[in-house]
Amino acid sequence: MMGPASSLIRSGNPQGAKPCERFLLSPTAWGQLPAALQQETELALLGLWADAAQVHACFLHEPSAEAVLASTPAAGWNYAALSPARPGAVRFERMILELWGHHAEGAVDLRPWLDHGRWNLRHPLAAKPIPFAGEAPQPEFLPVEGEGIHQIPVGPIHAGVIEPGHFRFSVQGEVVVRLEQRLGYTHKGALSLMLGTSPRAAVRYAARLSGDTTVAHSWAFSAAVEAALGVTPPPRALHLRALMLELERIHNHLNDWGFVCNDAAFAFPHARCGFLREGVLRAIAAAFGHRLMMDRVLPGGVAPDIAPRGAEAILAALDAVEAEIPSLMQIYEAHASLQDRVVTTGYLRPDLACAFAAGGHVGRASGRGFDARRLPQSQPYPTLRFDVPVLEAGDVDARVRIRVLELGQSIALVRQILASLPSGELMAPLPVRAGEGVAMIEGFRGECLHWISLDDGGLIRALFPRDPSWLQWPLLEAAIEDNIVADFQLCNKSFNCSYSGVDL
Amino acid sequence: MLWPKLARALFAKPLTDNAPLVPRETIQALGERLAATSRARLGRSLAIREVDSGSCNGCELEVNALQNVAYDLERFGLRFVASPKHADVLLVTGPACLNMREALERALASTPEPRWVVAAGDCAVDGGVFKGSYAVENGIAAVLPVDLLIPGCPPTPAQLLEGLLSLLETESAKK
Ligand code: SF4
Repeated sequence: MMGPASSLIRSGNPQGAKPCERFLLSPTAWGQLPAALQQETELALLGLWADAAQVHACFLHEPSAEAVLASTPAAGWNYAALSPARPGAVRFERMILELWGHHAEGAVDLRPWLDHGRWNLRHPLAAKPIPFAGEAPQPEFLPVEGEGIHQIPVGPIHAGVIEPGHFRFSVQGEVVVRLEQRLGYTHKGALSLMLGTSPRAAVRYAARLSGDTTVAHSWAFSAAVEAALGVTPPPRALHLRALMLELERIHNHLNDWGFVCNDAAFAFPHARCGFLREGVLRAIAAAFGHRLMMDRVLPGGVAPDIAPRGAEAILAALDAVEAEIPSLMQIYEAHASLQDRVVTTGYLRPDLACAFAAGGHVGRASGRGFDARRLPQSQPYPTLRFDVPVLEAGDVDARVRIRVLELGQSIALVRQILASLPSGELMAPLPVRAGEGVAMIEGFRGECLHWISLDDGGLIRALFPRDPSWLQWPLLEAAIEDNIVADFQLCNKSFNCSYSGVDL
Repeated sequence: MLWPKLARALFAKPLTDNAPLVPRETIQALGERLAATSRARLGRSLAIREVDSGSCNGCELEVNALQNVAYDLERFGLRFVASPKHADVLLVTGPACLNMREALERALASTPEPRWVVAAGDCAVDGGVFKGSYAVENGIAAVLPVDLLIPGCPPTPAQLLEGLLSLLETESAKK
């Protein structure tokens, strides 16, 4: 059964994107989309972006896990905003206005987001950017009214070794009434550097969109290119990609588990997780020659191959992790002072997680079980056995527990992959031609969604890499409400959204 | 039983790695760079404030890893502090993002003299892959006076440690 929004989208003109079709809608048809989306709640918005001429949206039909793309012309007139129907659209619409200059009619919020007024041009990705010189304006924050409310500004530079961003807390006594994020500080203009280059040259930017997700983003980028060109990487390359993706999940989950405990002043699990993670990173370096596996996944395949003793090193490091998880979990559970800080803290309502289509541990701790590894095109995962844990509690504790459960699953996956590693080629040749592709790869935070359009010379005409944090950051604002200020760090770490990934 | 545990603890190897040897060339290059300036000696101790001027967070992962028990920084007198006001060293990662310029300048202004600025990672050294973008001014030397460059994408904890130790050694050699 197709809902009104799905039928409306599919009535558009197919544009030949692979493996999910993109339909071009007339401005009139797109104008009906917000109302149709109100009536079809199971069609989740995964991303909204633009190129010089059009605005593009990616939707996921939740019951069937089928994705579909929709576009409408945007240059010269205002496109209808989706934010009245999908709250996740708000930040995308702000970004589209700044980077491409397309204005969303009826948008909930169009205040500046990435552009702080410090670049020497406006609309850097528009057909004709406008030179800009002038004072950077003061940021505007949403007004908060009530008795005794005061504000706490934090950042962009934070106390810990983390990325920069500004948090504006409106506080009544100890309780947070509203948190508003202001990001964009790490905007590096990566998209402008990727446009007009070959996928082989551009993949290093995908690898550096968010360093902790380097494998997932390089894979999603490469998979979008491969879909556009009709290329299938050799089986050995796909297995090695999955191996690296699971190792990336393992080292990040260990890191964040330790940090959540540390933020509750519980240093021991942090020390142990840090030590175990270091073992994993050293094994990764022995196997792939780089501790974070940057620049290993390339369009067409993988390079270089896993080192001769790499598998052994990885298995030994993971044995150590697996052996210690139960005792660390016991410590985590047995200390009332720690449990007091994490249980019921930073509660994210399941309906909100669904409304924003939150992926990864944020979604799965609040009942939304989507995992891109379950998609039929996510080779080699359909040949591997694994569970996707889902909890309903929605608090810091649930997000930690999802991480720990996923650790076990990923360790088992690594063993399966190494036991069944096919031999053969690592790289498929890439033809030079036009094409359009989209791909989703499940990183440790959730699905990384990449869309790419190549011109006749095989160069990048347009693209968008959507980090899962786009749909999780706004939920952190919701989860912290009515919590005390002191619990912010815990909530923040339990989400661990990427700044660089959304600042672009 | 307590005894087996005690015995195990007695004979187990420590978790920490041996201290790295700082390559001669690094020290020499650094010594030459610092020779022009006369700065007070700090003894073998440095308080470090890490500032991200727009990195991809890969460098942050490795700076954080440097603080794990395998590297055990404090035995070298190195420690990370929460405020630039308490810091001797600003360890800066990422390219000089225009959106971070003012924050970087303010961080430097809050750091008391004598102070050092270390550019860690290819991005901080010269902009790395982001060189030439409309949103960055390449390396952080465009904004801050840089004393030491630690290349790498990201530099490993061992490379970061080498760089920081070379800073200590040069300073103490100068007396
Ligand atoms: S040097 Fe490499 S790891 Fe460090 S911020 Fe730049 S791209 Fe990221």
